[in-house]
Amino acid sequence: MPKPTTKAYLDYNATAPMREETVAVIAQAMREVGNPSSTHQAGQGARRRLEAARSALAALVAVDPTAVIFTSGATESNHAALAAVDGKRLVSAIEHPSVAAVDASCPPIPVTPDGVINLDALERMLRSYRPELVAVMAANNETGVVQPVGAIARLVHEAGALLHVDAVQAITKLPLCVGGVDGADSLSISGHKLGGPPGIGALILAPGRRIRPWLRGGGQEGRRRAGTENVPSAVGWAHALASSVDWNAIALLRKRLEKEVRLLCPEARIVGEEAPRLPNTTCLITPGISNEAQLMALDLAGVSIGTGSACSSGKVEPSMVLQAMGVGADDARSAIRISLGWASCERDIDAFLSVYESMVGVRRRRMGLSSGA
Amino acid sequence: MLNSLGFARPPHECRIAVAMSGGVDSSVVAALLKSQGYDVVGITLRLYDQGQVSRKGSCCAGVDIADAQATAASLDIPHYVLDFEERFRRAVIDDFVDTYAAGRTPIPCVRCNERVKFGDLLDIARDMGVDALATGHYARWCLGPDGPELHKAHDLNRDQSYFLFATTPAQLAQLRFPLGEMTKPEVRSQALRFGLRVADKQDSQDICFIPDRDHAGFIARMRPDAAKSGDIVHVDGQRLGRHQGVLRYTVGQRRGLGVAAGERLYVIELDAAKARVTVGPRDAGEASAMIVRQPNWLAVPRAGQTLNVRHRYNEGDVPGTLARLEEGAFEIRFTRPQAGIAPGQACVLYDETRLLGGGWIERSVRVQADEPAALFTDQTAASG
Repeated sequence: MPKPTTKAYLDYNATAPMREETVAVIAQAMREVGNPSSTHQAGQGARRRLEAARSALAALVAVDPTAVIFTSGATESNHAALAAVDGKRLVSAIEHPSVAAVDASCPPIPVTPDGVINLDALERMLRSYRPELVAVMAANNETGVVQPVGAIARLVHEAGALLHVDAVQAITKLPLCVGGVDGADSLSISGHKLGGPPGIGALILAPGRRIRPWLRGGGQEGRRRAGTENVPSAVGWAHALASSVDWNAIALLRKRLEKEVRLLCPEARIVGEEAPRLPNTTCLITPGISNEAQLMALDLAGVSIGTGSACSSGKVEPSMVLQAMGVGADDARSAIRISLGWASCERDIDAFLSVYESMVGVRRRRMGLSSGA
Repeated sequence: MLNSLGFARPPHECRIAVAMSGGVDSSVVAALLKSQGYDVVGITLRLYDQGQVSRKGSCCAGVDIADAQATAASLDIPHYVLDFEERFRRAVIDDFVDTYAAGRTPIPCVRCNERVKFGDLLDIARDMGVDALATGHYARWCLGPDGPELHKAHDLNRDQSYFLFATTPAQLAQLRFPLGEMTKPEVRSQALRFGLRVADKQDSQDICFIPDRDHAGFIARMRPDAAKSGDIVHVDGQRLGRHQGVLRYTVGQRRGLGVAAGERLYVIELDAAKARVTVGPRDAGEASAMIVRQPNWLAVPRAGQTLNVRHRYNEGDVPGTLARLEEGAFEIRFTRPQAGIAPGQACVLYDETRLLGGGWIERSVRVQADEPAALFTDQTAASG
């Protein structure tokens, strides 16, 4: 896009910026030759770098490094996890399309108006539907609402099913558990949401969980996923994970954002406000202003926000997640997502609020006019 | 001193959204305004699934997102693609199919302008704080003594004001049509001058979402029950043959009736409920007046004023007067009887070149000059 230069990037849930040092680490890794499967010194070096990155990922959820399978991203991880079972699958109504699209025949598990998976409904569906695998998100990408994964895992395991958790947004922001009664049997994570490069993700398996290979033709990734490993991206991702993020500071930024939004527009609503949320995500409904208008007005001022799930053509789509929460069509069309991350600062919030104030002003003048007419 | 779009500010202080379809006309609008120094933002609407519609021969609303994106990039203007698929289907395609299925002849371009471009898109543009929305329509916007006026384009062969009759005064105030004083060759040479890659792109035509022009096939796919076969009947009562659905006909049509007769036959009337097509000689379909519903006024005509009346896009204006005006309907009396008045088409009224308003044709009527519109209230109001 030519003209508007980004001054405030507030769309971390779509993708996060990379730190300069991470870029340098990746560039250095690209200078080093070697296929991890090769026997020579160069190959051995590549293998060491790859396995170091794998260990860093494994440490995130305290599993053995052999449980970590590198993939091309969370979409592949989700597909692999869901395709690994032959029986029926049950997924929640707020899943990412890469989960929901795998099996369109399964009934969605409903969520409460706050966006939390309805445990009573899940329990009933487990009994009546008898799935082999259940898939839920650890935290939703559009609302940031955190799901009770431990309670879900217990219900799913009592019913004799497996639990796959899409942890793309939640990992590093929340403690997550893999294995055991209240842990996931598999977990999807993604590099570029965490300050790593795009094009790499992982599927992490619980101890003892075996999975059928989904790419054949090589012994890589424990014969489960063939293909030469993306060593530079794995190295860069591990580097990004090593940099700590102050989520408490980010939570304070968000608190200020939400407080000032309310002062500017008392009619504005924050989706899932009553539920536990990730510290970085605000899904904001400003009745009477379409999210398309908000996105464009903000973008023209250099402020990047999201509307629902970003899709390939860059178009703006109505949100299935908000519909599942019972948000009306008009309100859903007025919802935007502000998501913060490691580089977010007060200036970003200032930039957002400044545009928001003028949009709300346009809205107020219009509504004043139309009520007087 | 007003700028070229009628604002009392320098162009760079005016943010203008341009509805960019990817065609040559709207691309030139964006290029022209940018060259004049306006703060231009391109917006392209995704109206239907591009995968299901081939690129060739799509219409005024035809969208070619990739061309629009490339043009915006070459002009160095910000550009956004908005998903209007559902809005377009509800506001335009469903109405098109329903109207045809009811034995009437719709004009989807009017609905698209009224409900999509000047409805939802204009609302979005307003909310994002732009000063105006500019389109590539061939029509002229100018400031008159009582505010903005809408006129026919200077290039009468290209004039698209007919399709804009449903524009309200409030909408018109926020719209601009920068091509209104240009001819198509001028637009193309401007496109070359600006180095636009769409400069020699073929003209759009007909209905964008039916590129193969098979309206009947499209409607039959959407609404199989609308293709009910029935009788073709002469106005004198004689049964001449069978047809494969009223949606294949339009009032005034002569070719392709599928019946042979000694005289030249025209479609006089369509009755969707009885699946009956009535044909007859040209004068059997002549009307001296017509009832028009759902009027929209930019300026209400004076009583007795002779108006230029257009009741079909492809035909010229005919003289007439506003014989009666009520809430929700009006009657137009033709100076000379007219044939081919097709219910569902638009009736658009002009004072010289100025568009005053219009509405949707409900039916034609044969009224004696000494019997002024007695039918009007009784039948039309009751059927409404």
